[in-house]
Amino acid sequence: MNNDLLSADLIPLAILGGLGTYAARALPMLVPGIDRLPPAVLEYLRLIGPAVLGAIAAASVFVQGGAFTVGPEAVAVFAGAAAGRWWGNLLVGMALSVLVVLALRAILGA
Amino acid sequence: MSGAAAVLSTARRRLVVDSLGIWAIAIIVGGIFGFTARQGGLSLIEAIAFSSILFAGAAQFAAVGLLVVNTPWPSIVLLVWLLNARHLLYSASVAPYTTKLSLKLRAGLAYLLTDEAFALTTAHIARLGRIDVKGAWYAGLTIFIPWNVSTIAGWLAGAALPDPATIGLDVVFPAAMAGLAIGLVKDRAALVALLVGCSSAVAAALLIDPSAAIMIGGLLGPLAGLALFRRRA
Repeated sequence: MNNDLLSADLIPLAILGGLGTYAARALPMLVPGIDRLPPAVLEYLRLIGPAVLGAIAAASVFVQGGAFTVGPEAVAVFAGAAAGRWWGNLLVGMALSVLVVLALRAILGA
Repeated sequence: MSGAAAVLSTARRRLVVDSLGIWAIAIIVGGIFGFTARQGGLSLIEAIAFSSILFAGAAQFAAVGLLVVNTPWPSIVLLVWLLNARHLLYSASVAPYTTKLSLKLRAGLAYLLTDEAFALTTAHIARLGRIDVKGAWYAGLTIFIPWNVSTIAGWLAGAALPDPATIGLDVVFPAAMAGLAIGLVKDRAALVALLVGCSSAVAAALLIDPSAAIMIGGLLGPLAGLALFRRRA
C-alpha cells in the first residue's frame, strides 16, 4: 500500500503508454489512408482484444503461487463472464463473480 | 421544432440514457483502479497520470500488474500499445464521419476514443447518419470524467478499505477482463484468439514467467485466429 501522494517516478511510463495509445486512437482520424490497412493486419488487430483480455483473466485465476489452480476464483470469474454475456451487462457479471467467490470460499472454508 | 432538430434531440436523449450504465461502470471500475494502483505502489499523482494520460482501463490494470512483478518498462509499454492497438479499428471506423471536422477537433475526439466511447459514438452516428460533435464529446467525457474522479476517490479510500479478497473484490478485475473478452467474441476467429490467448498465457505463466503471460497470450492468440481467418479467406 502506497501512502505517497506526490511521487512522480511512474509518470513517464504513463506518458510512454499514452503515446502509443493516442497514436492508435488518432492516426486513422488524422492521417488519410492509414485506415486502409491490409485485411490481414486489420484482422490481427481486431483479435488482440479478446486474446489479451482473456490472457489477463486466465493468468490471474488459473496460476497462483506458480502452480496451475482451478479454485473458487476461476469458477467465479467464469460464471461472472458467462452471466455478463448472457444479460449483456458487464456490471451484473462482475457482481455475480463477487457473490460466487464469497459463497464458494465460505463453503470450502478457503 | 424542425424534423432534423427533433431527430437530433431524440438521438441525444437516447445517447444520455445509454450512457448511464457506462457512468456506473466507469465509477466502480475507476475506483477499483485507484485502489489497485495504491496497492500496487503508485502514488496518487501517478494513479491520476495513468487515468488521465494513458486513459485505457484494461491497459492501466495490466501495467500496474506488471509493475508489481518488476517487469521492465519496455515490456510494459509494448504490452500497453498492443493492448490498445484495437483502437486503430475504432478510429478507422469513425474516421469517415470526421473528415470535415477541423484537425484540432479530430485530435481532441481521438483522445477520448475508448471502448465505451466508441460504442456510444457509433450507435449515435448510426441513429443520425452523421457525426454529432456535441454527442461525440459527451460520449468521450462520459468515461473520462467519472473514471478520473473515481480513480482519485479509490486511491484515497484505499486505506479505509479492507483487503479486497475478504469481500470478494479480488475477482472483479479478472471478471471484468473475462467479460470484456467474451463480449469481443463475434466469430470463430475471435473465439480461437481468446482460447489460444488464455491457454498460452497460462502455459507461459507456468513455464516461463508470470510477467510474460499476457504478452505471449496477446501475441499468439491473434496469430491463431489469423490463421483461421487466412484459411477462410
